[in-house]
Amino acid sequence: MSTVEKTEYKVIGTRPVRPDGVEKVTGKAQYGADIRLPGMIYGRVLRSPHAHARIISIDTSAAEAHPGVLAVLTARDLPAAEDKMEDLGESAINVMEVSDNILASKKALYRGHAIAAVAAASGHVAEEALAKIKVEYEVLPPVLDVRDAMREDAPLLSETRLTKSMGGKLSEKPSNIAQFTQFKGGDIAAAFADADVVVEREFSTSMVHQGYIEPQVSTASWNADGTITIWTSTQGAFAVRSLVAEVLRQPISNIRVVPMEIGGGFGGKLPIYLDPVAALLSKKSGKPVKIAMSRTEVFEGTGPTSGTNIRLKMAAKGDKITAVEADLAYEAGAYPGSSVGAGAMCMLSPYSIENFQIDAYDVVVNKPKTAAYRAPGAPAAAFASESLIDELAKKQGIDPLAFRLANSSQAGTRMVTGVPFPRIGAVETTEAAINSPHYKSPIEGPNRGRGVASGFWFNAGMQSSVVAAVNSDGTINLIEGSTDIGGTRASLAMQLAETLGVNYESIRTAVVDTDSIGHNDVTGGSRTTFASGMAVFEAGMDIRRQLIARAAKLWSCSVDDVVYEDGGLRCKVDSTKGLTFKEMAGQQARTGGPLVGKASLVARGAGSAFATHIVDVEVDPETGKVEILRYTAVQDVGTAIHPSYVEGQIQGGVVQGIGWALNEEYFYDDAGKMMNSSYLDYRMPTALDVPMIDTILVEVPNPGHPYGVRGVGEVPIVPPLAAIANAIADATGHRFTTLPMSPRRVVEELNGLG
Amino acid sequence: MARSYVSTRLNGAETDFLCEPRQSLLEVLRDELGLTGTKEGCNNGNCGACSVMLNGRIVNSCCVLAVETQDAEVQTIEGVARGDQLHPLQQAFLNEAALQCGICTPGFIMASKALLDREPDADEHRIRHWLAGNLCRCTGYDKIVKAVLSAEQMQGVK
Amino acid sequence: MEAFDYVAPRSLADAFAHLTNGRSSLMLAGGTDVIVQLREGRRHCDQLIDIKHIPELTVLRFTADGTLEIGAAKPLAEIYEDAEVARRLPGLVDAAALIGGIQVQSRASLGGNLCNASPAADASPALMALGARLVISSATGSREVPVEEFFLGPGRNALKPGEILVQVKILPQPANSNAHYLRFIPRNEMDIAVASAGVRFALNGEGRIEAARVAIGAVAATPLMVPAAAAALNGNLPTEETFGAAGDAASALATPINDMRGSVAQRHQLVRVLTIRALRGALKRIQEAR
Repeated sequence: MSTVEKTEYKVIGTRPVRPDGVEKVTGKAQYGADIRLPGMIYGRVLRSPHAHARIISIDTSAAEAHPGVLAVLTARDLPAAEDKMEDLGESAINVMEVSDNILASKKALYRGHAIAAVAAASGHVAEEALAKIKVEYEVLPPVLDVRDAMREDAPLLSETRLTKSMGGKLSEKPSNIAQFTQFKGGDIAAAFADADVVVEREFSTSMVHQGYIEPQVSTASWNADGTITIWTSTQGAFAVRSLVAEVLRQPISNIRVVPMEIGGGFGGKLPIYLDPVAALLSKKSGKPVKIAMSRTEVFEGTGPTSGTNIRLKMAAKGDKITAVEADLAYEAGAYPGSSVGAGAMCMLSPYSIENFQIDAYDVVVNKPKTAAYRAPGAPAAAFASESLIDELAKKQGIDPLAFRLANSSQAGTRMVTGVPFPRIGAVETTEAAINSPHYKSPIEGPNRGRGVASGFWFNAGMQSSVVAAVNSDGTINLIEGSTDIGGTRASLAMQLAETLGVNYESIRTAVVDTDSIGHNDVTGGSRTTFASGMAVFEAGMDIRRQLIARAAKLWSCSVDDVVYEDGGLRCKVDSTKGLTFKEMAGQQARTGGPLVGKASLVARGAGSAFATHIVDVEVDPETGKVEILRYTAVQDVGTAIHPSYVEGQIQGGVVQGIGWALNEEYFYDDAGKMMNSSYLDYRMPTALDVPMIDTILVEVPNPGHPYGVRGVGEVPIVPPLAAIANAIADATGHRFTTLPMSPRRVVEELNGLG
Repeated sequence: MARSYVSTRLNGAETDFLCEPRQSLLEVLRDELGLTGTKEGCNNGNCGACSVMLNGRIVNSCCVLAVETQDAEVQTIEGVARGDQLHPLQQAFLNEAALQCGICTPGFIMASKALLDREPDADEHRIRHWLAGNLCRCTGYDKIVKAVLSAEQMQGVK
Repeated sequence: MEAFDYVAPRSLADAFAHLTNGRSSLMLAGGTDVIVQLREGRRHCDQLIDIKHIPELTVLRFTADGTLEIGAAKPLAEIYEDAEVARRLPGLVDAAALIGGIQVQSRASLGGNLCNASPAADASPALMALGARLVISSATGSREVPVEEFFLGPGRNALKPGEILVQVKILPQPANSNAHYLRFIPRNEMDIAVASAGVRFALNGEGRIEAARVAIGAVAATPLMVPAAAAALNGNLPTEETFGAAGDAASALATPINDMRGSVAQRHQLVRVLTIRALRGALKRIQEAR
C-alpha cells in the first residue's frame, strides 16, 4: 500500500470481520426473497412481448376466474401520477414516467414492459393466470439504436416529447432526443489547427446489465388501518418510500419500508419496479403479497446501463492534450434519463485540457429504461477518450502513462463544468502505476500486449442520519439507514470506534427501517462510507461532548478542563480524576440519563476518485479469444477504512469491466427481443475467466472528511474497457472501437471476415 | 393438484414434506421447509447460488425436482456449521472478506466444500475451474479463491 | 410451470407401461435441461418419467470384448471420474467434463444431451468420432443405431413413440488410435459451443493415418460427420498440411447460422481451427501412449 500524508489510526486501516458476516456464511441472513409472512400469497407480472406497441385492450376476466387467483392488476388500478420530478439525491426522475414504467398505461415501450399482475396462492398458479390475460396490441415499429432514434424520420416513442436544451429551451417538433447538453471551453478550432497530431474515431457500446445475483423482489402488506409495510431489496429504503408514496398517492408517514439484506445492486436497485404492484395486489387481496422476478425478467424488465455511440476527436501538441471535440449519444431506454450527462462530465476529468466542446444527447429507444450502473456514464466515455489518448501518446512517441501524467489533473484544475478540484490524487495514482512492479515488468510473447487507462468518478455526499446508543456495559448500538451492500456496517462501526477510542467489537451496527431512523439517501455514488461515515463521526463527537459535560459536572470543573482521549476522560487540572468510556457508560443513569449520540447531515466535500489500470492480454488470432493474463488496479482511495473491502470493491469493479469489455451485451433481434436474457448467454465472467486482480491503494486523504474518506466503489469500472482495448491494440496492432470485444468481433475484424 | 409425500434425509435429519411434482428442490427448501439459506439467482442452472449436496454430489437445486429426493441425502448451507463452530471455509470467507453482498456465498461455500472434501489441496486453477458454475458479481473472485486456499491451510493444520 | 405427474419406474417394463398409457411423456434423467424447458414453457408433458432408477439406464461397464456400455441416464461426473474410462477413452471424457459446470455434471447424462438433439451438444461430435452406437428399446424390442443417424434436426431425434434411449455403446477402438474433442466458447466454462469438433484416428505401422473419423457440431442443423475430412486424413502422414486439409473439409461442409452465439463467418473459421487443433490433440495422445 502506498501512503501519502497518513495519520496514525487504531481501528481505521485494520481488517476486522464484518458484523453481518457469520449470518451470511451460515445462510441465516434474511434477503428480500427470504421473508415469509402469515397468509402470504405470490404475485407474478405479465410483460409485453413487443418492443413497441399500443395497448388496445386488456381482458383480465379469465385470469380473475382462475382458481386460486386473489387479485389482478393493470395500470387502471394505479392512481393518476403527477407530472413532476422526484429528487433521488443523485438524480431526479419524473413520477408519471416511473408509474408508467411500473405498469404500462397506453403503450408498451419495450419488450418486458410490465402490463398486468396477478396474485395467487402460489407462484405457479399466478403464472397459469397470467397466461389467461388477453392483451390486444397494435404493434408499432421499434427503434433500437441510439443514432437511428435521433433521425427525424424515426418512429417516436412519445408523440409529445420535445427536446429540452440548455436554459429550458424546447424543440419545435417532437423527438426521441429528450435532452441536449453542451460543455464548452477555450477555442477548439484554433487548438486543432495548431496541433501536432489529431486523431478521430467513432466508438459504440451495447447495453449491459449490472448483473446482481439476487433478482428484484418485494413483499408488501396493505394493512387495515391504511398503512403499508414493504419488505424489499433496495439500495435506498427512503427512496422507495418516497417513490411508492408518489405513485400510490399516499402520505409518506403511512409507508414503512423494511430494507432486507440486498444481493447486489451496483445502481440497478435504485429504481422501483415491484413495490407498488405488490402493495396494490395486497390491498386488493387483503393478504401480504410477495413478487420476485425471474432472471429473464431482470434482464428484460429492469434497467441496464445505456448503449452508447461516441464520436470523438482529440489533438496533442508535444506532450499536451490540446483540444477535444466530442459527441456523446446515450440510450436512455424507454423514458428519458440516461447517464450521458455524467459521461460528458467525467470523460476528461483525469486531465487538464483547455479547449473542449462536448455535446451530449439523451435519447429514448425501445429498450428497458436504463438505470445507474457503477459510475454511470463514465466507462463508455472513458472507453472512447482513453483509447484516443493511447493513440496520441503513441503518435507522439511518449510512454502512455508518462503522457497521462504530463496532462494530469491536480488541485485547482477545472472540470468541464468549471468547478475546480480540491486536493486530489490523480498525479499520485498515475505515478504509483508507473512505479508498480507490473508496469516495470516486461511483456513478452507472441500475441500479447499491455494496455493502460485512467478513470474518474465524482463520488457523492448527500443526506445521512445515524444514532449511536451507548449501553450500560459500554457496548454501543449503531443505528443507521444506509443499505449495506458490501461491508459498510463494518466501515461505519470502525469509524465510530476510532472516534470514541473504543473496540470495534463493542459496536453492533444495525440497518433499520424507515420508521426507525431519520432520512438516509441511497447507497449509491460511493457515498455510504464517506457520508454516513461523516454522520457516524459527528454522532461519536456528540457522545464525546455529552461525556465531557457529564464528567465536568461529576468533577465540578469546567468542560474546558476535561479531555476525551484514548477511550476515556481525564481532568487537565486534577490528574487523580479519570474515567474510562466503559465506566461512564455504566453511570449514565445517574449522570443525566440515556447516552445517545446523533447526527443528521448533508455531507459536503465528497472527494473525487481517480484510478489507473494496467492489463496484460493474450489474443488468440485464430479464435478471437482474449485472455486476461495480469491485471493491476491503482486507485486513490482517500483513506482505506477497511482495506480488504476497499480491495474487494476494486476487484469487483475490474471484473465487471472485464465482462463489459469482452463479452457482455444486450443482443437484440430486429423486433427488439433480447436474445440472450439468461446467465447462459449473457456472459458474465466466471472464476475461470479472470486472474487475481492486484490492487495498489494510494491514500491521498480527502480534505472534506474527518478521516480522509473518498468513495471507492465506482471508479474501478471506469478504466477497464479502454485498458483492455489498448492492450488488444498493443497485441494485435488493431484498434477495436466497438464493445464487446467478443471472440466473434475480434476474429472477424482480425481476419477480415464478416 | 395432487401433492406427493416425500421422505428424505435433510442435513442429517429425517424430513418429510408434501410437494407438487413441478416444485423444485430449491422451491421446497425455501418455501415449504423454511431453509432460505439456499438462494435463487437464475432458476435455470447457470449461477450456482442454489447449490446443495444431493447424495454426495454438488447440484443446482433449481434443476432438481423435490419429488426426486425420496430416500435421498440432502445437505444445505444450514447444515455446514456445527452449532457455533463454523466450518473452516466459513471462517476463511469471513477472514478473507470473500463476500460483499453475500447472496452467492452459500452456493460458493457448498461448492467449495464439495471440492475440498474430495481434493483437499486443490490449486488455484483447479479451484477456479470447479467454481466456474458459481457466479459472483461483487468480488471479482479474487478473495473467494484466496479464502478457499486459506481454508485448505486451516484444514491441513487441523 | 405447468403441472405434470411424476413417475419413477424401477424397470424398463414399468417404464414402457407408463410410456404407452396414452398420456404425453417426457423423460427425466439429470433434469438439467428438461426441468428448465418445462419451467420456461418450451416443452410440455402430462407426465415426467424418471428413468434413473432403471438398472439398464445407469450401467457403466466394459464388456469382455472391450465395449463400453453407458446407461443413458448415467451422470457425466460418474463417467469421467471412472479411471478406466479416462484411460481408454479420453476423447469421451473431453466432452463429458465440459458440459455445464460441476453442478450440472453431477446430474446431466449422455442420454439427455443426445436426446435434446441440440446441434451444439458436446456429447454428439465426441461420440460420433468414436463411432458410438445407441441402444434404443421399446415394449416390443430393441434396435441399435449409429449415433450420427440419431439427429434429425434441431430438437428432433430418431426416437419413435414408445421408445427409450437405453444405452450408449462405444466399441473397442482401433489399435494405436486416439480421439479428441474440442469446442469453442467465449468464456472458459459455462457456455454453449459456438462450434465444435470431435476426431479419432489411428496410426498404422508406417505412421500413416487410418480409421479417421471427424465430426463437427454447432455449424449445421445437426452435428455432422465429415467424410471428406476423413478422406483427407486416411493414408496420409499426420502433418500440419494433412490436418489443414481436414480442417478445410470440415469448414466446407458446415452450413452455420448467425445467432447470438456466433456468426456464419466466425463458425466457418472456428470449425476449421478446432478440427485442426483436435487432430493435433489426438496425435499427441497417440504419441504419448507409445
